[in-house]
Amino acid sequence: MKKIIAALAISLIGISGAVKAEYPERPVLLMIPYGAGGATDFQARIATIPAGNDDMLGMPVAIINKPGAGGRVGWNWFANDAEKDGYTMGGYNVPHFIAQSIKGGVDYSTDSFEPIANWGSDPAVFVVGKDSNFNSMEDVVAFAKSNPGKLTFSGAGLFVGHHIAALQIEKAAGVKMLYIPNKSGGAGAMKAVISGEVLAGVNNLSDAFRAQKAGTIKILGVADLERNAFLPDVPTMMEQGLDVDNTSVNFRGVMVPKGTPQAVIDKLAAVVPEMFKHKRVAQKMKAGGSPMKIMNRAEVLDMWAKRQTTLEDLLKGL
Amino acid sequence: MDFIFYFGEVFTLTSMLLLIGGTIGGLIMGATPGLSPTMTVALLIPFTFNMTPVHGLILLGAAYTSTVAGGAVSAILLKIPGAPANIATTLDGNAMARKGEGAKALQLSFISSLIGGIFGVFLLIFLTPVLAKMANSFGYSHTFWLAIIGVTVIGSLEAGSVVKGLLSGCIGMWLATIGFDDIQGVKRFVFHPALGGGVNIIPALIGLFAIPQVITMFAKGRFQTDIKQITVKKHPISQAFREVFSRKRALAIGTSIGSVIGLIPGVGGQIAGLLAYDQAKKFSPEKAKFGTGHSEGVIAAESANNAMVGPSLVPLLTLSIPGSPTAAVLLGGLIIHGIFPGPTLFQDYPEVIWPFINSMLIGQILMCIFGIYIASLAARVAQVPQFIMAAIVLGLAAFGSFAVQQSMGDVYVMVVLGTMMYFLERFGFSAAPLVLGLILGPIAESNFVTGSLISTAQNGPFIYFFTGGLNIVLVSIVILSVGFSIWSEITAKRQET
Repeated sequence: MKKIIAALAISLIGISGAVKAEYPERPVLLMIPYGAGGATDFQARIATIPAGNDDMLGMPVAIINKPGAGGRVGWNWFANDAEKDGYTMGGYNVPHFIAQSIKGGVDYSTDSFEPIANWGSDPAVFVVGKDSNFNSMEDVVAFAKSNPGKLTFSGAGLFVGHHIAALQIEKAAGVKMLYIPNKSGGAGAMKAVISGEVLAGVNNLSDAFRAQKAGTIKILGVADLERNAFLPDVPTMMEQGLDVDNTSVNFRGVMVPKGTPQAVIDKLAAVVPEMFKHKRVAQKMKAGGSPMKIMNRAEVLDMWAKRQTTLEDLLKGL
Repeated sequence: MDFIFYFGEVFTLTSMLLLIGGTIGGLIMGATPGLSPTMTVALLIPFTFNMTPVHGLILLGAAYTSTVAGGAVSAILLKIPGAPANIATTLDGNAMARKGEGAKALQLSFISSLIGGIFGVFLLIFLTPVLAKMANSFGYSHTFWLAIIGVTVIGSLEAGSVVKGLLSGCIGMWLATIGFDDIQGVKRFVFHPALGGGVNIIPALIGLFAIPQVITMFAKGRFQTDIKQITVKKHPISQAFREVFSRKRALAIGTSIGSVIGLIPGVGGQIAGLLAYDQAKKFSPEKAKFGTGHSEGVIAAESANNAMVGPSLVPLLTLSIPGSPTAAVLLGGLIIHGIFPGPTLFQDYPEVIWPFINSMLIGQILMCIFGIYIASLAARVAQVPQFIMAAIVLGLAAFGSFAVQQSMGDVYVMVVLGTMMYFLERFGFSAAPLVLGLILGPIAESNFVTGSLISTAQNGPFIYFFTGGLNIVLVSIVILSVGFSIWSEITAKRQET
């Protein structure tokens, strides 16, 4: 009995000693600015599965959702109220938060946050209902040219990846189409396409991939620099003569508020990309049809800066 | 009839344990204000990561079913709906509890939930292909009209003044405009950062129902130290079954409205109970009894909100479109196991989907059994002294509001709206129409705005909103509903004079 008590005491001392020295000593929160069950939330939950492993953070990551106003509620909270001790991380969606900060009315910009690592990239794709007469972007552009303002196409909201892609497509083709933002996000926008309420739509590659498998839609083009592994047969916008780059690609990753201690940032920047590379994460993401792109802190900083310039340029005229 | 062959999977030890655990847990979660079905299912998803797809889905299905029914417990005993789906249950359920018939109200509610729920799941089993088509034919204009049908209900919802009911509904709809509007891209009435995302429905619901009661309870406890204890009448279960089946009209109205509303993506179960309650009242020869603790009110409301569960999964399973927030969370639970819903789901994964649906049938029965057991215990809640009860309710209200998105802002919203409601109630206004306005406002507005936007590319808003079979049917229902209210108001006046 005495031995057991002694062992317990020693291990307790051991634990508390180690804990003081090392971050994190308690579970870490990850704020997701979208609702539970959405693509971002769902991927964040998968991406943080291995967090509790000893060679990772050694502590579990708990997701909290602060949805509302296309992410603005969550990011405003993160910029203003989140503790800067490394125990509150936030999920970012680029181009969403950057585009919103350029349009104004929010309390954050790229300067308010410190990126840690990126786990996913979900390009926007152009979709039409399965019975649509459109079979390529060329058909779409031809229709839009002869019917200015008559081609309705849905997307998840204003100044999110879908809207950016929509603006880029209109600009590249020199046409005027009618973008219909959907109040219930990507899923609602997809429903409008499937039920024929709108003629076309811009949506997430991951959701479109599933819908196409279900046989309810056709995918006409990918708004990215190269074709996607999930959809090897779908050409990019560039291939179809539309000068649309990867600005609208929805990058998802983890960040902390500015002012978080450098030691914590360094630790996270080293561990988190490894966590995303974990076998189980890759396997679950693949099963869910969620394209991954793991980037380290330096790469994300660079990506943010580039997006800032392109988006400022694109949104100037609006 | 394929589903019969897959019952074996449900009756394995692990499945049954998950089913029982999910049901009991779900009832408790549902009974806690603020822990809505959506949240319960979302909290459970990470636990299903390590289970087989069948086990994971059985757990989620059981939790979904029983949280919807569990919300009736707090609605009846405390007059705080566990989730928006249970608002209508407070109207007569709580009145019954105040008469000492809490046990009876709970029994009626769980039995009606069972019947509605089983009917809904059977629809899912037998009519999925037909229903999928119906769900898909609902566009922006139809959803808009459906919301307007809901608005016509607002005035007649509670006994008392129609005008005050409508005014409460207007306040609710105004509250719903607060926040960042994602279609126009503008901020509306955001006077405080906590309002950026608008008024969240759950904290509003808790505040509007719970806070006025807490204030009243504290006030009474302070001045009358010896309040007459409400005696809780025991109520035999067989009698409850007989009662439910003798109220065929209310049961049929509740079950059918619940099934239809559940099917329509974007409206969800939030208003199924209220619409069913209103219709049951309109068709009842005992209209005057509604709101005073009439069993028909409880039966219609609770059979509707559980009947909605089965059909609400139809758009999800066949079209991969989540029709409600809870269905969206369930979608996550499916795709995490690599199961993509779609028209061929039942052919591709029969070994997963059928046990899941079957478990929802068994889950309904378990829910009813455990629910009735809880009823026998929970009815004692009425004997807790008022000042203790007030403290417990206040604690639950704060906890529930905070839990929705870990935000103190929501707790402030809850307290402010609740205090406002206390004073409004003194002037004869009531909470249910206000909450209905809050729920319907955004549905009506966003569908109207989006529909009008689309109509500019077609033949204009008039043709978009008023032509086509479904539009005409829905507009007729709106006219009938308004006409009926006016007519019954006039005849009531005549009888008085």
